[in-house]
Amino acid sequence: MLCDECGKNEARVHVTSIINGNKTERHLCEECARKNQSFLNSSFSMENLFSSMLNNAFNTATYLPSKGCSKCGMTYDEFRNTGKFGCSDCIDTFKQRLMPVVRNIQGYDTHAGKIPKRAGGSYRVQKDIEKLKLQLKQAVEKEEYEKAAQLRDKIKEMEENK
Amino acid sequence: MENKDIVITSRIRLARNLKNYKFPIKMNQEEAQNIIKEVNSAINRVNLNYKLIYMHELSNLQKSALIENHLISPALAEKNHTAAFLLSPDKKVSIMLNEEDHVRIQTIDKGMSLKECWNLSDKIDDVIEETVDYAFDHELGYVTSCPTNIGTGMRASVMIHLPALSITNQVEKLLYGVSQIGVAVRGVYGEGTKSLGHLYQISNQGTLGASEETLIEKITQVTDQIVEKEEKTREFLKKKNYDELEDEFYRAYGLLTNARRMTTEEAMRLISLVKLGKDMEMIKAADNIDLYNLMTKIQPSNLSSLMGKELLPNEMDNERAEIIRSEFLK
Repeated sequence: MLCDECGKNEARVHVTSIINGNKTERHLCEECARKNQSFLNSSFSMENLFSSMLNNAFNTATYLPSKGCSKCGMTYDEFRNTGKFGCSDCIDTFKQRLMPVVRNIQGYDTHAGKIPKRAGGSYRVQKDIEKLKLQLKQAVEKEEYEKAAQLRDKIKEMEENK
Repeated sequence: MENKDIVITSRIRLARNLKNYKFPIKMNQEEAQNIIKEVNSAINRVNLNYKLIYMHELSNLQKSALIENHLISPALAEKNHTAAFLLSPDKKVSIMLNEEDHVRIQTIDKGMSLKECWNLSDKIDDVIEETVDYAFDHELGYVTSCPTNIGTGMRASVMIHLPALSITNQVEKLLYGVSQIGVAVRGVYGEGTKSLGHLYQISNQGTLGASEETLIEKITQVTDQIVEKEEKTREFLKKKNYDELEDEFYRAYGLLTNARRMTTEEAMRLISLVKLGKDMEMIKAADNIDLYNLMTKIQPSNLSSLMGKELLPNEMDNERAEIIRSEFLK
Protein backbone atom coordinates (compact mmCIF):
# COMPACT_ATOMS: atom_id res chain seq x y z
CA MET A 1 0.00 0.00 0.00
CA LEU A 2 1.31 3.45 -0.90
CA CYS A 3 1.30 6.51 1.34
CA ASP A 4 -1.93 8.60 1.26
CA GLU A 5 0.06 11.80 1.47
CA CYS A 6 2.91 11.54 -1.04
CA GLY A 7 1.78 8.45 -2.95
CA LYS A 8 5.42 7.46 -3.41
CA ASN A 9 6.60 5.44 -0.43
CA GLU A 10 5.24 2.33 1.19
CA ALA A 11 2.74 3.20 3.97
CA ARG A 12 4.07 2.03 7.31
CA VAL A 13 2.11 4.17 9.76
CA HIS A 14 -1.62 3.48 10.00
CA VAL A 15 -3.71 5.94 11.94
CA THR A 16 -7.32 5.37 12.87
CA SER A 17 -9.04 8.25 14.56
CA ILE A 18 -12.60 8.41 15.80
CA ILE A 19 -13.79 11.91 16.48
CA ASN A 20 -17.41 12.53 17.36
CA GLY A 21 -18.28 9.16 15.93
CA ASN A 22 -16.63 9.77 12.57
CA LYS A 23 -14.02 7.18 11.84
CA THR A 24 -11.17 8.13 9.53
CA GLU A 25 -8.25 6.01 8.45
CA ARG A 26 -4.95 7.24 7.09
CA HIS A 27 -1.99 5.30 5.82
CA LEU A 28 1.28 7.18 5.71
CA CYS A 29 4.91 6.53 5.02
CA GLU A 30 7.32 7.24 7.87
CA GLU A 31 8.49 10.46 6.32
CA CYS A 32 5.01 11.94 5.90
CA ALA A 33 3.94 10.72 9.34
CA ARG A 34 6.88 12.56 10.84
CA LYS A 35 5.85 15.75 9.07
CA ASN A 36 2.24 15.28 10.05
CA GLN A 37 2.51 16.18 13.70
CA SER A 38 -1.19 16.14 14.45
CA PHE A 39 -0.96 12.43 15.05
CA LEU A 40 1.57 12.86 17.81
CA ASN A 41 -1.17 13.15 20.38
CA SER A 42 -2.55 9.74 19.81
CA SER A 43 -0.84 6.87 18.15
CA PHE A 44 2.78 7.61 18.81
CA SER A 45 4.30 9.85 21.39
CA MET A 46 6.96 12.49 21.03
CA GLU A 47 9.35 10.22 22.92
CA ASN A 48 8.84 7.27 20.57
CA LEU A 49 9.25 9.49 17.57
CA PHE A 50 12.40 10.95 19.03
CA SER A 51 13.83 7.52 19.67
CA SER A 52 13.12 6.45 16.10
CA MET A 53 14.74 9.59 14.70
CA LEU A 54 17.72 8.96 16.91
CA ASN A 55 17.91 5.46 15.53
CA ASN A 56 18.14 6.83 12.02
CA ALA A 57 20.80 9.35 13.03
CA PHE A 58 22.89 6.69 14.67
CA ASN A 59 22.45 4.20 11.88
CA THR A 60 23.71 6.61 9.28
CA ALA A 61 26.65 7.59 11.47
CA THR A 62 29.91 6.06 10.39
CA TYR A 63 31.57 6.58 13.73
CA LEU A 64 30.23 4.48 16.60
CA PRO A 65 32.31 4.59 19.79
CA SER A 66 32.27 1.42 21.82
CA LYS A 67 32.14 3.07 25.24
CA GLY A 68 29.15 4.88 26.67
CA CYS A 69 28.83 7.56 29.31
CA SER A 70 31.61 7.37 31.88
CA LYS A 71 29.42 8.66 34.72
CA CYS A 72 26.25 6.58 34.49
CA GLY A 73 27.28 3.78 32.13
CA MET A 74 24.58 4.57 29.56
CA THR A 75 25.65 3.00 26.28
CA TYR A 76 24.87 4.28 22.80
CA ASP A 77 22.58 1.35 22.16
CA GLU A 78 20.67 1.98 25.35
CA PHE A 79 20.35 5.71 24.67
CA ARG A 80 19.21 4.97 21.14
CA ASN A 81 16.50 2.64 22.35
CA THR A 82 15.17 4.63 25.28
CA GLY A 83 15.80 8.14 23.92
CA LYS A 84 16.60 9.19 27.48
CA PHE A 85 19.69 10.53 29.21
CA GLY A 86 21.08 8.63 32.18
CA CYS A 87 22.76 11.64 33.81
CA SER A 88 23.83 15.22 33.13
CA ASP A 89 27.10 14.05 31.53
CA CYS A 90 25.26 12.07 28.84
CA ILE A 91 24.54 15.32 27.07
CA ASP A 92 28.26 15.80 26.40
CA THR A 93 28.84 12.13 25.69
CA PHE A 94 26.15 12.04 23.02
CA LYS A 95 26.15 15.68 21.93
CA GLN A 96 27.73 15.30 18.52
CA ARG A 97 25.18 12.78 17.36
CA LEU A 98 22.37 14.37 19.27
CA MET A 99 22.41 17.90 17.91
CA PRO A 100 20.93 17.25 14.43
CA VAL A 101 18.10 15.29 16.03
CA VAL A 102 17.44 18.00 18.62
CA ARG A 103 17.28 20.52 15.79
CA ASN A 104 14.77 18.32 13.98
CA ILE A 105 12.55 17.78 16.99
CA GLN A 106 12.73 21.20 18.61
CA GLY A 107 13.37 23.36 15.57
CA TYR A 108 16.17 25.11 17.48
CA ASP A 109 19.54 24.23 18.96
CA THR A 110 20.23 26.96 21.52
CA HIS A 111 18.62 27.65 24.87
CA ALA A 112 17.10 31.12 25.11
CA GLY A 113 15.26 30.91 28.42
CA LYS A 114 15.99 31.12 32.12
CA ILE A 115 19.55 30.71 33.34
CA PRO A 116 19.81 29.38 36.90
CA LYS A 117 21.65 31.60 39.38
CA ARG A 118 24.16 29.06 40.65
CA ALA A 119 24.42 26.48 37.88
CA GLY A 120 24.51 29.32 35.34
CA GLY A 121 27.31 31.10 37.20
CA SER A 122 29.45 33.42 35.10
CA TYR A 123 27.46 32.42 32.03
CA ARG A 124 24.43 34.15 33.49
CA VAL A 125 26.48 37.32 34.05
CA GLN A 126 27.80 37.11 30.51
CA LYS A 127 24.25 36.81 29.14
CA ASP A 128 23.17 39.78 31.25
CA ILE A 129 26.06 41.81 29.84
CA GLU A 130 25.03 40.84 26.30
CA LYS A 131 21.51 42.05 27.04
CA LEU A 132 22.81 45.38 28.36
CA LYS A 133 25.07 45.80 25.34
CA LEU A 134 22.06 45.39 23.10
CA GLN A 135 20.19 48.00 25.13
CA LEU A 136 23.22 50.30 24.85
CA LYS A 137 23.24 49.95 21.08
CA GLN A 138 19.54 50.77 20.94
CA ALA A 139 20.00 53.78 23.22
CA VAL A 140 22.77 55.15 20.99
CA GLU A 141 20.64 54.63 17.89
CA LYS A 142 17.81 56.55 19.52
CA GLU A 143 20.32 59.22 20.59
CA GLU A 144 19.47 58.73 24.27
CA TYR A 145 22.98 59.54 25.41
CA GLU A 146 22.29 59.91 29.10
CA LYS A 147 20.82 56.43 29.26
CA ALA A 148 23.65 55.12 27.09
CA ALA A 149 26.24 56.52 29.48
CA GLN A 150 24.55 54.81 32.43
CA LEU A 151 24.43 51.52 30.57
CA ARG A 152 28.09 51.84 29.55
CA ASP A 153 29.14 52.34 33.19
CA LYS A 154 27.07 49.40 34.32
CA ILE A 155 28.55 47.12 31.66
CA LYS A 156 32.05 48.22 32.64
CA GLU A 157 31.34 47.50 36.29
CA MET A 158 29.91 44.07 35.52
CA GLU A 159 32.81 43.13 33.29
CA GLU A 160 35.31 44.10 35.98
CA ASN A 161 33.52 42.01 38.59
CA LYS A 162 33.13 39.00 36.35
CA MET B 1 -16.35 38.11 27.24
CA GLU B 2 -16.86 34.47 28.18
CA ASN B 3 -13.15 33.80 28.44
CA LYS B 4 -13.40 32.79 32.10
CA ASP B 5 -16.02 30.17 31.27
CA ILE B 6 -14.07 28.74 28.36
CA VAL B 7 -10.55 28.70 29.80
CA ILE B 8 -10.94 26.56 32.90
CA THR B 9 -7.43 26.20 34.28
CA SER B 10 -3.84 27.15 33.42
CA ARG B 11 -0.80 25.09 34.28
CA ILE B 12 2.99 25.51 34.13
CA ARG B 13 5.31 22.57 34.52
CA LEU B 14 9.09 22.89 34.89
CA ALA B 15 11.37 19.84 34.52
CA ARG B 16 14.65 19.96 36.45
CA ASN B 17 17.40 17.49 37.34
CA LEU B 18 20.14 17.45 39.91
CA LYS B 19 23.63 17.56 38.51
CA ASN B 20 25.28 15.21 40.97
CA TYR B 21 22.84 12.35 40.70
CA LYS B 22 22.09 9.88 37.94
CA PHE B 23 18.75 10.48 36.25
CA PRO B 24 15.71 8.35 37.20
CA ILE B 25 16.30 5.77 34.44
CA LYS B 26 19.75 4.99 35.94
CA MET B 27 19.59 5.85 39.62
CA ASN B 28 19.43 3.45 42.56
CA GLN B 29 17.11 3.53 45.57
CA GLU B 30 19.58 5.29 47.83
CA GLU B 31 20.11 8.09 45.30
CA ALA B 32 16.35 8.41 44.89
CA GLN B 33 15.93 8.81 48.66
CA ASN B 34 18.68 11.42 48.83
CA ILE B 35 17.12 13.46 46.03
CA ILE B 36 13.78 13.50 47.84
CA LYS B 37 15.53 14.59 51.06
CA GLU B 38 17.56 17.32 49.33
CA VAL B 39 14.61 18.92 47.56
CA ASN B 40 12.37 18.57 50.60
CA SER B 41 14.86 20.37 52.83
CA ALA B 42 15.42 23.05 50.16
CA ILE B 43 11.69 23.76 50.20
CA ASN B 44 11.48 23.56 54.00
CA ARG B 45 14.24 26.15 54.46
CA VAL B 46 11.64 28.73 53.60
CA ASN B 47 8.52 28.08 55.57
CA LEU B 48 6.00 27.19 52.91
CA ASN B 49 4.24 24.38 54.80
CA TYR B 50 4.49 22.01 51.86
CA LYS B 51 3.57 18.42 52.67
CA LEU B 52 5.84 15.58 51.52
CA ILE B 53 3.92 12.49 50.42
CA TYR B 54 5.64 9.27 49.32
CA MET B 55 4.02 7.05 46.71
CA HIS B 56 4.14 3.97 48.97
CA GLU B 57 2.05 5.79 51.58
CA LEU B 58 -0.89 6.01 49.20
CA SER B 59 -3.50 3.43 48.24
CA ASN B 60 -4.19 2.83 44.56
CA LEU B 61 -7.48 4.65 45.01
CA GLN B 62 -5.81 7.71 46.53
CA LYS B 63 -3.29 7.71 43.69
CA SER B 64 -5.95 7.64 40.97
CA ALA B 65 -7.90 10.38 42.70
CA LEU B 66 -4.75 12.55 42.72
CA ILE B 67 -4.31 11.83 39.00
CA GLU B 68 -7.90 12.83 38.27
CA ASN B 69 -7.27 16.07 40.15
CA HIS B 70 -4.13 16.63 38.03
CA LEU B 71 -1.90 16.79 41.12
CA ILE B 72 0.32 13.87 40.14
CA SER B 73 0.96 12.05 36.86
CA PRO B 74 0.20 8.40 36.06
CA ALA B 75 3.96 7.82 35.67
CA LEU B 76 4.60 8.98 39.24
CA ALA B 77 1.77 6.84 40.59
CA GLU B 78 3.40 3.71 39.16
CA LYS B 79 6.40 4.19 41.43
CA ASN B 80 6.74 3.35 45.13
CA HIS B 81 9.15 4.51 47.84
CA THR B 82 11.58 5.91 45.26
CA ALA B 83 9.11 8.66 44.34
CA ALA B 84 7.21 11.33 46.21
CA PHE B 85 5.61 14.72 45.77
CA LEU B 86 5.45 17.96 47.69
CA LEU B 87 2.05 19.64 47.86
CA SER B 88 1.38 23.27 48.78
CA PRO B 89 -1.38 23.96 51.34
CA ASP B 90 -3.64 25.55 48.69
CA LYS B 91 -2.92 22.64 46.29
CA LYS B 92 -1.85 25.05 43.56
CA VAL B 93 1.73 23.80 43.55
CA SER B 94 2.80 20.20 43.37
CA ILE B 95 6.45 19.19 43.05
CA MET B 96 6.84 15.66 41.73
CA LEU B 97 10.10 13.97 42.71
CA ASN B 98 11.75 11.19 40.68
CA GLU B 99 9.13 10.92 37.99
CA GLU B 100 10.78 11.04 34.53
CA ASP B 101 12.95 13.85 35.89
CA HIS B 102 14.24 14.41 39.44
CA VAL B 103 12.07 17.48 39.92
CA ARG B 104 8.87 18.55 38.20
CA ILE B 105 7.38 21.75 39.53
CA GLN B 106 3.76 22.14 38.58
CA THR B 107 1.58 25.16 39.25
CA ILE B 108 -2.14 25.18 38.48
CA ASP B 109 -4.61 28.03 38.78
CA LYS B 110 -8.07 28.94 37.57
CA GLY B 111 -8.84 30.75 34.30
CA MET B 112 -6.23 32.19 31.97
CA SER B 113 -3.36 32.62 34.44
CA LEU B 114 -0.25 31.28 32.71
CA LYS B 115 1.81 34.34 33.61
CA GLU B 116 0.90 34.11 37.29
CA CYS B 117 1.63 30.38 37.28
CA TRP B 118 5.01 31.00 35.63
CA ASN B 119 5.94 33.67 38.19
CA LEU B 120 5.13 31.31 41.03
CA SER B 121 6.94 28.33 39.44
CA ASP B 122 9.94 30.56 38.73
CA LYS B 123 10.13 31.59 42.41
CA ILE B 124 9.86 28.02 43.67
CA ASP B 125 12.50 26.99 41.15
CA ASP B 126 14.82 29.67 42.61
CA VAL B 127 14.13 28.50 46.15
CA ILE B 128 15.13 24.93 45.25
CA GLU B 129 18.20 26.08 43.33
CA GLU B 130 19.53 27.95 46.36
CA THR B 131 20.73 24.69 47.91
CA VAL B 132 20.50 22.20 45.04
CA ASP B 133 22.81 21.98 42.01
CA TYR B 134 20.79 21.77 38.81
CA ALA B 135 21.99 20.07 35.62
CA PHE B 136 22.39 22.92 33.13
CA ASP B 137 24.13 23.07 29.77
CA HIS B 138 25.15 26.45 28.35
CA GLU B 139 24.02 25.51 24.88
CA LEU B 140 20.99 23.32 25.57
CA GLY B 141 19.70 24.80 28.82
CA TYR B 142 18.18 22.67 31.57
CA VAL B 143 19.09 19.03 31.00
CA THR B 144 16.03 16.78 31.14
CA SER B 145 15.79 12.99 30.89
CA CYS B 146 14.06 13.22 27.55
CA PRO B 147 15.51 15.59 24.94
CA THR B 148 11.94 16.61 24.02
CA ASN B 149 11.83 18.68 27.25
CA ILE B 150 15.32 20.13 27.04
CA GLY B 151 15.99 23.90 27.21
CA THR B 152 13.41 25.62 29.36
CA GLY B 153 12.00 22.29 30.57
CA MET B 154 8.71 24.11 30.51
CA ARG B 155 5.31 22.90 29.42
CA ALA B 156 2.66 25.64 29.53
CA SER B 157 -0.89 24.41 29.14
CA VAL B 158 -4.45 25.57 29.43
CA MET B 159 -7.57 23.48 29.80
CA ILE B 160 -10.41 24.76 27.66
CA HIS B 161 -14.08 23.85 27.31
CA LEU B 162 -15.04 23.67 23.63
CA PRO B 163 -18.59 22.33 23.42
CA ALA B 164 -19.73 24.46 20.47
CA LEU B 165 -16.69 23.63 18.35
CA SER B 166 -17.10 19.95 19.29
CA ILE B 167 -20.80 19.78 18.46
CA THR B 168 -20.15 21.37 15.09
CA ASN B 169 -17.24 18.99 14.34
CA GLN B 170 -14.64 21.73 14.10
CA VAL B 171 -12.24 20.50 16.75
CA GLU B 172 -10.35 18.07 14.52
CA LYS B 173 -9.62 20.78 11.99
CA LEU B 174 -8.50 23.13 14.72
CA LEU B 175 -6.33 20.45 16.26
CA TYR B 176 -4.59 19.91 12.96
CA GLY B 177 -4.18 23.64 12.38
CA VAL B 178 -2.47 24.47 15.65
CA SER B 179 -0.21 21.43 15.47
CA GLN B 180 1.37 23.05 12.42
CA ILE B 181 2.68 25.89 14.58
CA GLY B 182 4.14 23.79 17.36
CA VAL B 183 1.14 23.73 19.65
CA ALA B 184 -0.33 20.44 20.88
CA VAL B 185 -4.00 19.79 21.63
CA ARG B 186 -5.40 16.73 23.33
CA GLY B 187 -8.54 15.62 25.15
CA VAL B 188 -8.31 15.99 28.93
CA TYR B 189 -10.41 13.01 29.97
CA GLY B 190 -10.76 9.93 27.81
CA GLU B 191 -8.08 8.32 25.71
CA GLY B 192 -6.37 9.41 22.50
CA THR B 193 -8.36 11.87 20.45
CA LYS B 194 -11.58 11.07 22.30
CA SER B 195 -12.50 13.75 24.79
CA LEU B 196 -15.09 13.58 27.54
CA GLY B 197 -16.99 16.70 28.49
CA HIS B 198 -15.53 18.63 25.53
CA LEU B 199 -12.46 19.51 27.59
CA TYR B 200 -9.16 19.99 25.77
CA GLN B 201 -5.64 20.80 26.77
CA ILE B 202 -3.48 23.15 24.70
CA SER B 203 0.28 23.17 25.28
CA ASN B 204 3.62 24.05 23.71
CA GLN B 205 5.38 21.26 21.85
CA GLY B 206 8.90 22.69 21.69
CA THR B 207 10.82 23.67 24.82
CA LEU B 208 14.06 24.96 23.28
CA GLY B 209 15.08 28.14 21.49
CA ALA B 210 12.55 30.51 23.01
CA SER B 211 12.25 32.14 26.41
CA GLU B 212 9.58 31.04 28.88
CA GLU B 213 7.77 34.35 28.32
CA THR B 214 7.75 33.85 24.55
CA LEU B 215 6.40 30.31 24.84
CA ILE B 216 3.67 31.50 27.23
CA GLU B 217 2.79 34.35 24.88
CA LYS B 218 2.39 31.87 22.03
CA ILE B 219 0.04 29.60 23.98
CA THR B 220 -1.90 32.66 25.17
CA GLN B 221 -2.35 33.92 21.62
CA VAL B 222 -3.41 30.53 20.27
CA THR B 223 -5.83 30.11 23.18
CA ASP B 224 -7.32 33.56 22.58
CA GLN B 225 -7.96 32.65 18.97
CA ILE B 226 -9.57 29.33 19.84
CA VAL B 227 -11.73 31.04 22.48
CA GLU B 228 -12.82 33.57 19.87
CA LYS B 229 -13.78 30.75 17.47
CA GLU B 230 -15.71 28.99 20.23
CA GLU B 231 -17.54 32.24 21.08
CA LYS B 232 -18.40 32.92 17.44
CA THR B 233 -19.71 29.39 17.02
CA ARG B 234 -21.83 29.83 20.15
CA GLU B 235 -23.31 33.05 18.77
CA PHE B 236 -23.96 31.37 15.45
CA LEU B 237 -25.69 28.42 17.12
CA LYS B 238 -27.75 30.73 19.29
CA LYS B 239 -28.97 32.62 16.24
CA LYS B 240 -29.62 29.64 13.96
CA ASN B 241 -30.62 26.85 16.33
CA TYR B 242 -32.05 28.54 19.41
CA ASP B 243 -35.06 26.26 19.97
CA GLU B 244 -33.15 23.11 19.26
CA LEU B 245 -30.34 24.13 21.63
CA GLU B 246 -32.66 25.21 24.39
CA ASP B 247 -34.40 21.84 24.14
CA GLU B 248 -31.05 20.03 24.29
CA PHE B 249 -29.98 21.98 27.38
CA TYR B 250 -33.19 21.33 29.29
CA ARG B 251 -33.19 17.67 28.28
CA ALA B 252 -29.66 17.35 29.64
CA TYR B 253 -30.75 19.13 32.81
CA GLY B 254 -33.79 16.86 33.07
CA LEU B 255 -31.65 13.73 32.88
CA LEU B 256 -29.07 15.02 35.33
CA THR B 257 -31.72 15.89 37.90
CA ASN B 258 -33.77 12.69 37.50
CA ALA B 259 -31.68 9.79 36.29
CA ARG B 260 -30.92 7.02 38.78
CA ARG B 261 -27.88 5.59 37.01
CA MET B 262 -25.29 7.34 34.93
CA THR B 263 -21.97 6.38 33.30
CA THR B 264 -19.01 8.77 33.29
CA GLU B 265 -19.38 9.28 29.52
CA GLU B 266 -23.04 10.25 29.72
CA ALA B 267 -22.57 12.45 32.77
CA MET B 268 -19.65 14.31 31.20
CA ARG B 269 -21.60 14.96 28.00
CA LEU B 270 -24.69 16.19 29.84
CA ILE B 271 -22.84 18.37 32.36
CA SER B 272 -20.89 19.88 29.47
CA LEU B 273 -24.19 20.75 27.74
CA VAL B 274 -25.66 22.33 30.87
CA LYS B 275 -22.43 24.30 31.33
CA LEU B 276 -22.75 25.54 27.75
CA GLY B 277 -26.40 26.49 28.34
CA LYS B 278 -25.46 28.32 31.50
CA ASP B 279 -22.51 30.14 29.89
CA MET B 280 -24.76 31.14 26.96
CA GLU B 281 -27.44 32.30 29.39
CA MET B 282 -30.01 30.06 27.77
CA ILE B 283 -30.87 27.92 30.76
CA LYS B 284 -31.94 29.00 34.21
CA ALA B 285 -30.37 26.28 36.32
CA ALA B 286 -27.24 25.28 38.12
CA ASP B 287 -26.60 28.85 39.24
CA ASN B 288 -24.48 28.03 42.24
CA ILE B 289 -22.74 24.94 40.97
CA ASP B 290 -19.14 24.83 39.82
CA LEU B 291 -19.78 22.49 36.90
CA TYR B 292 -16.13 21.85 36.13
CA ASN B 293 -15.63 20.85 39.74
CA LEU B 294 -18.58 18.47 39.40
CA MET B 295 -17.00 16.92 36.29
CA THR B 296 -13.87 16.18 38.33
CA LYS B 297 -15.88 14.87 41.26
CA ILE B 298 -17.74 12.22 39.25
CA GLN B 299 -14.59 10.60 37.79
CA PRO B 300 -14.38 6.95 38.92
CA SER B 301 -11.60 7.24 41.53
CA ASN B 302 -12.76 10.53 42.98
CA LEU B 303 -16.22 9.06 43.31
CA SER B 304 -14.89 5.99 45.08
CA SER B 305 -12.75 8.00 47.47
CA LEU B 306 -15.74 10.23 48.20
CA MET B 307 -17.65 7.08 49.16
CA GLY B 308 -14.69 5.79 51.14
CA LYS B 309 -14.44 2.46 49.32
CA GLU B 310 -13.69 0.87 45.97
CA LEU B 311 -17.02 0.75 44.09
CA LEU B 312 -18.23 -1.85 41.59
CA PRO B 313 -19.18 -0.46 38.16
CA ASN B 314 -22.91 -0.80 38.89
CA GLU B 315 -22.69 0.86 42.28
CA MET B 316 -20.56 3.55 40.70
CA ASP B 317 -23.26 4.53 38.19
CA ASN B 318 -25.85 4.65 40.97
CA GLU B 319 -23.70 6.79 43.25
CA ARG B 320 -22.75 9.08 40.38
CA ALA B 321 -26.38 9.76 39.53
CA GLU B 322 -27.15 10.40 43.18
CA ILE B 323 -24.28 12.83 43.69
CA ILE B 324 -25.25 14.75 40.57
CA ARG B 325 -28.91 14.93 41.67
CA SER B 326 -28.05 16.15 45.15
CA GLU B 327 -25.63 18.71 43.70
CA PHE B 328 -28.28 20.10 41.34
CA LEU B 329 -31.16 20.02 43.79
CA LYS B 330 -29.39 21.41 46.84
